[in-house]
Amino acid sequence: MMHSLAISPGLLPLFALTFTVGTYLLGVEIQKRLRHPLANPVLIAIVLIGTTLHFTHISYADYFTGAQFIHFLLGPATVALAIPLVRSLEHMRRSLVPMFAALTAGSVAGILSGYLVVRALGGNQLIALSMLPKSLTTPIAIGVANRIGGVPSLTAVFAIAGGILAAICIDPVTKALKLHDPAARGLAAGTSGSGIGASQVIPQHTLSAAFAGVAIGLNGLITAVLAPILVAWLRRF
Amino acid sequence: MPILQSFFVLLLFQLAGEAISRAARIPIPGPVLGMGLLAVFYIVRKKEPGQGMQKTANGLLSWLGLLFVPAGTGVVANMALLRAAWLPVSVALIVSTLLTMAVTAWIMQRFSRRAA
Repeated sequence: MMHSLAISPGLLPLFALTFTVGTYLLGVEIQKRLRHPLANPVLIAIVLIGTTLHFTHISYADYFTGAQFIHFLLGPATVALAIPLVRSLEHMRRSLVPMFAALTAGSVAGILSGYLVVRALGGNQLIALSMLPKSLTTPIAIGVANRIGGVPSLTAVFAIAGGILAAICIDPVTKALKLHDPAARGLAAGTSGSGIGASQVIPQHTLSAAFAGVAIGLNGLITAVLAPILVAWLRRF
Repeated sequence: MPILQSFFVLLLFQLAGEAISRAARIPIPGPVLGMGLLAVFYIVRKKEPGQGMQKTANGLLSWLGLLFVPAGTGVVANMALLRAAWLPVSVALIVSTLLTMAVTAWIMQRFSRRAA
């Protein structure tokens, strides 16, 4: 069936679109049944699609002719994060100080640990610099990577992988540390895993959605400012 | 119809965000700027988002994960680049992501409690 599809390229975009939605829905179903953090729908869909493309010799560019329609919705969905934000405004006003303290600490922790762990385990400086902005939303991460001398395509890989990791870990980690406040969970998911991390907590609580959205934007800003400053010092290592 | 109108508003604010981000050469991506602009718009007008907008936003956000699948699949193709440095890369990703997450959540929860 795959081969006949490859022969009729007119069907490929529709196939890619259907397959993307289908594998994600399958991932959601598996997540519901297994209730295990590793059963993450984004991870499941990416693995299934990646494997299928590999074995059918369909190129990523061809797949993207259909999948781009889903990809495009990322823009309006990001704008839509303003809605839970506005609905949580009162709560946000009351917690401005802890929010900025947590965001700044999270940003610095991410910058330092990302760079230093790579260096400590023998990775070269180029990889360490590319790792540094990995918690940011991909477009900001790439901008920061360019600025500090990292490799943007590597940073994109780290940002997506880190996001999936954050989506998988946010529930077990906050549970283990007894951090149940929905605002804190949202802020942590957005700061450590930007959009993909946020996607895990957004359906759980309006406050989580609001703080995750704010974290994506503000962590991007804070890290874009702090990264070049800290890198001047980190380059010694 | 309200859903289509709301979708139009989201696109409009994304467009405004993109335009400002490019014109002013701000390092913030257009959609993130658009989110800020839309929030400011509602705050200034002192108006809660209407039913249609809430439905549209909830609809888009409830499957936000799906929207990352196409870009994420592209990234898998680049994994081969990392074969040589898989150990520092994977350990750094795990340690750094978990540390960022724990530090952020812990400070936020602890200081919010004190304020309350």
